[in-house]
Amino acid sequence: MKKESSLSYKFNEFILPHIVLFGYTLIALFPIVLILMNSFKTRKAIFKAPLMPPTLTTFSLEGYQTVFERSNFQWYFVNSLIITVVTIILVLFLGAMAAYALSEYKFPGNTFMALYLALGIMIPIRLGTISILRLVVAMGLIDTLTALILVYTAQGLPLTIFVLQQFMSQVPRELKEAARIDGASEYRIFGLILPLVRPAIATVAVFVMIPIWNDLWFPLILAPGEKTRTVTYGAQQFLGQFVSDWNAVLSSLTLAMIPILILYVLFSRQLIRGITAGAVK
Amino acid sequence: MQQTPAKKHRKPFPFHIIVFLAPATIVYTLFMIYPLLDSLRLSLFAPNDQGVEVFAGLQNYVILLTDELWSVRFWGALKNNFVFFFIHMFAQNPIGLLLAALLSRRKLFGRNSYRTVLFMPTMLSVVIIGFIWQLILSPLWGVAHQMMSTIGIEHLFKPWLGLETSALVTLALISVWQFIGLPMMLFYAALLAIPDELIEAAHVDGATAWTVFWRIKFPLILPTVGIVTILTYVGNFNAFDLIYTTQGALAGPNFATDIMGTFFYRTFFGFQLQLGNPTMGATIAAMMFLIILIGVLLYLFGWQRKMTTYEV
Repeated sequence: MKKESSLSYKFNEFILPHIVLFGYTLIALFPIVLILMNSFKTRKAIFKAPLMPPTLTTFSLEGYQTVFERSNFQWYFVNSLIITVVTIILVLFLGAMAAYALSEYKFPGNTFMALYLALGIMIPIRLGTISILRLVVAMGLIDTLTALILVYTAQGLPLTIFVLQQFMSQVPRELKEAARIDGASEYRIFGLILPLVRPAIATVAVFVMIPIWNDLWFPLILAPGEKTRTVTYGAQQFLGQFVSDWNAVLSSLTLAMIPILILYVLFSRQLIRGITAGAVK
Repeated sequence: MQQTPAKKHRKPFPFHIIVFLAPATIVYTLFMIYPLLDSLRLSLFAPNDQGVEVFAGLQNYVILLTDELWSVRFWGALKNNFVFFFIHMFAQNPIGLLLAALLSRRKLFGRNSYRTVLFMPTMLSVVIIGFIWQLILSPLWGVAHQMMSTIGIEHLFKPWLGLETSALVTLALISVWQFIGLPMMLFYAALLAIPDELIEAAHVDGATAWTVFWRIKFPLILPTVGIVTILTYVGNFNAFDLIYTTQGALAGPNFATDIMGTFFYRTFFGFQLQLGNPTMGATIAAMMFLIILIGVLLYLFGWQRKMTTYEV
């Protein structure tokens, strides 16, 4: 009891954690804020006072102007959006079906299939890139969004199936048996189960989405053409060409960050709950 | 008999199971398993004089490990990759653990806000993060220089990314900065899962927070330490984007930042005047596969097996 009243105890218990956490928060935020801030400044102000926020006199949108005039950034967004949305729909639908089969039915080879489909969680798909490239060329899909969507779907499936399987096996048996007695088909029962695992589906969706949106490797190799450029690859190319145009560089970095930052702020609770998987009450 | 829908499992042939499983299995097999196996096969082939790929046994592996030109790059990339991994192990994971330990304290004011912000860099593209740090560390812009001069240490400033001695460490630390959120979250979840009674009992016995952490909490989250280690390992031996973005495919200066991912890319895709070499590329991919496999097996049989005794 006497410990709790001492000053050093109070400091250790209540102040020190905040000093460390707040300090690290600054370290985590500083680079992001610095880029956002400077992208709205004139070239002169960027160099003269990089640590200052834009003021009325130093405010400028010239970087954004250059980005939209000299590149097809708006198209990069459309491409990334198409790839991400179509992949997520495919991964979730195919993944949920497979997970349902594995968790619901006892059949010979069930364990083998579950293991087989889980292999991809630990083995990076990039190691098969040479053969993926040859396959994509043979299918005539080089420089198409379809190629990226198929590869990303294969990449996203293992984790999706693994996670959804756990959640689907927790759905009470009586529910499914009741539906069966009412004469529902197996497909219908799958349709009834899906809404029950909605929280898991939302979490998986975010996990599948982020690496796809941020990927550089497969766009670089499978779809380097201007028409199929994604935001990440497009930004990388644009930044390479405009290294000396600081306004344009900062603006394109900001444009590439904004969608993810907005999504993150909106869904962070969901996402963090997913990572900590029920441990957070 | 076959018409009683209630007894699904007794039906002659369960077509619905195939309908459920087939689509995912086909896409996954075609775009993931087949390419991985085909790459392994390709590593045993080499082009002959007509440019046709013919079976060559382990020739590619012998060249990669012993040929003067190839082996220098291979062992260099492997060594750099291990350095890259150890910096993550000894900087990212301990700091992540510290932040998680502080975050998991009961009644911490502003816990959700801290959590959200600390995890933010992890969500962003490695390409973007690479460029941001390149700008910050650039002598041209002078942000790092200016900040160091405010605390009087500007003489310590160097163009870290451009120096052979410091480029790899700098890149590893940038990567640590970005991905610290992952170990933090995993440790955080594990710490929250520890039953309160256990901690309270120790406090009643007069244990300090420090003792409670190292004697009770840390042993209980050891399984998570294993998971974090293997995730870091696989992630690091698969890294590419950061080096490619900031240093280019040649992983300069003078290959000082060359890791397995950039070596693999350069070899199969080609760079500047050198043409791509798919069979050697496949050999490097096979080596990466082997390295990752050894790590995963060590984890599964050396670490996780022992861990089961801790489960309550």
